[in-house]
Amino acid sequence: MITALWVMIAIAVVLGVVLGYSAIRFRVEGNPLVEKIDAVLPQTQCGQCGYPGCKPYAEAIARGEADINLCPPGGEEGIKKLAELLGVEPKAFGADRQPRAKAVAFIDESTCIGCTLCIQACPVDAIAGAAKQMHTIIAAECTGCELCVAPCPVDCISMQPIPEKPNTWKWKYPVIPLKPKA
Amino acid sequence: MTTLFTFHGGIHPPGNKAQSTAHPIAPAPLPQELVIPLRQHAGEPAKPLVQIGERVLKGQLIGAPVGGFSAAIHAPTSGTISAIALKQVAHPSALPELCVVLAVDGREEWAARDPVDYRALSGAELQAHLRAHGIVGLGGAAFPSDMKLRHAIPVETLILNGAECEPYISCDDMLMRERADEIVRGVEILRHALEARAVLIGIEDNKPEAIAAMQQAVQVSGLPFEVVAIPTLYPSGSAKQLIKILTGLEVPSGKLPTDIGVQCFNVGTACAIKRACDDGEPLLSRIVTVTGNVAHPRNYEALVGTRFAELVQLSKALPDTDRYLMGGPMMGLELPAADVPLVKASNCVIAASDALFPPKPAPLPCIRCTRCAQVCPAELQPQDLYWFAQSNNFGKAQEWNLFDCIECGACAYVCPSSIPLVHYYRYAKSEIRARDQEKRAADQARERHEFHQLRIEREKQEKADRLAQKERENAAKAAAAPSAPAASVDDTQQMRIDAAIERAKAQTIAAQPKNTDHLTREQQAEIAAIEARRANLHKLAADAGADDEPPKQH
Repeated sequence: MITALWVMIAIAVVLGVVLGYSAIRFRVEGNPLVEKIDAVLPQTQCGQCGYPGCKPYAEAIARGEADINLCPPGGEEGIKKLAELLGVEPKAFGADRQPRAKAVAFIDESTCIGCTLCIQACPVDAIAGAAKQMHTIIAAECTGCELCVAPCPVDCISMQPIPEKPNTWKWKYPVIPLKPKA
Repeated sequence: MTTLFTFHGGIHPPGNKAQSTAHPIAPAPLPQELVIPLRQHAGEPAKPLVQIGERVLKGQLIGAPVGGFSAAIHAPTSGTISAIALKQVAHPSALPELCVVLAVDGREEWAARDPVDYRALSGAELQAHLRAHGIVGLGGAAFPSDMKLRHAIPVETLILNGAECEPYISCDDMLMRERADEIVRGVEILRHALEARAVLIGIEDNKPEAIAAMQQAVQVSGLPFEVVAIPTLYPSGSAKQLIKILTGLEVPSGKLPTDIGVQCFNVGTACAIKRACDDGEPLLSRIVTVTGNVAHPRNYEALVGTRFAELVQLSKALPDTDRYLMGGPMMGLELPAADVPLVKASNCVIAASDALFPPKPAPLPCIRCTRCAQVCPAELQPQDLYWFAQSNNFGKAQEWNLFDCIECGACAYVCPSSIPLVHYYRYAKSEIRARDQEKRAADQARERHEFHQLRIEREKQEKADRLAQKERENAAKAAAAPSAPAASVDDTQQMRIDAAIERAKAQTIAAQPKNTDHLTREQQAEIAAIEARRANLHKLAADAGADDEPPKQH
């Protein structure tokens, strides 16, 4: 009886030590879910979700504070992916957060006064320019977040929809008319 | 005699080639105007080098290649540039591309030509020569030829593609019949550039005249090339399938033919390479088959930029023609308009009518009969790919090797439910490509945003450091100033300070205002009154401000 007790205690101690060691040795830094959510988000860094960037929004979703339907640039598909990842039901966008067509910012260079306010607002450093020098958007790097539009004191920044070009054109889903055309 | 192999599947659509091979190749008359698209090839569009109103000579460079994956564009004849504008081109999107419009003067004045001896050139020099002469693959994909020579050298086998398996098209057939010697010469240049050990020229056995002509030309040249007649089976003209037939080797999924020691060129490309090297002529024209619903189907040698409508006019389109196809009926695309220009990739134009190509019945559900899988030359499972594509399950489609599909259309040809299978695959492919592109853009944006934040933090830190540094300096200065009298135990220091004070006093006396001497008595009285008032004010201010702060001294 006593022997059995000692054996059980010994096993408990050994297992406890192993568990305690592995908890320290294989400690997970940060929440891996945040990385997964962040990978789904479109990285426009626009703040339309109410958080200062995609990563903070991902963290808020992971903490369960934010809803999954706050990211219009991600579109319906983004919601679907998030729902799949988190095992929840997809939700529709609210009326104030409807996805818009993709666009890039455009600076009317004749109006620009070189105030650098837009450069400071850009989350991805996609505006080239210096104080009292004309600024311009590096279109290839622009995420279309619109954060530069509001700070401009002379309203010289507009959002230009990205036109479809033969090299970016996509084949459309085959549509078959139910009735042949008369 | 080479042992031939077979690829999986394949179909036997009616050839319809005899109509257009009855007459020799005819030169198309010089049109009034040429519309030359700046993107006629896979890759980046060329950069226009000419200005409106500029006169150009035949063969003059008008578009320079941009970056590694691009090709040069030349003026197909002499004339004046009348416009550089967005024009509709032969593309399934019907979207406009930047084109150079050339008003032809009819004089056909050549710019300087630069023939070279290919044996004297290094590999890189030959590639540069072909790139400068705008040589692209004339089989249909218009892949820049210099890029195909950049790969692993030497190759084991050089294959020349004269299969021309697609129905109706006969431009390669006629080219081999009429210009076999030029093709053989071009093959020799390619063989030299690739250091190929063996050269196989694959021609489908429904072109006996072409086979005979090529055999004769090879014999005359005395070169160790082998002309191989291969069984007629669609799509044996596809590079991977032709390689399988001639060598028995399979190009692995996601790999290039050079990875297994084989490189493949079209016969038309070989002819263009010969002209670029021996004659110094850039690629300005090509052989194009005009066939289908026309009175006189035949092959024309037409300048790049000629409008299809003018070409079809030469063969007299029948009145019930309602649309035009560029390329063959299996893989070709319907032209968005008849007046779009001929490009380097245009091997055939087919006038189509409902009588010639009866419209397909409405698609029915897939019954999983797997006839498509039986004919698929890429050994895919088209019925599964269709299922994944139509349900937008792109990940699964990719797992099922969607990107090995060569879009030959054999599956759709045999489908008893007439499902437009290839359209679904093209849709899925372009969606997957767009998503990959978006993913890359998102990753880049994430990286840039992280760097942006890092930079902001760094700048903040640097500013804080600077301020702290300044504060420390100020504190050190402030500490130094009062600490001087504290250190007055040192007598010499004290004496020095006293001396300085004396000097300052002397200076103050010396700097007395000049207007205070020789004053009248009234003036002195006035000054005294003012001084008294001021003293009184000071006293009042001192009394009032005694609680909070000492009054300033004037």
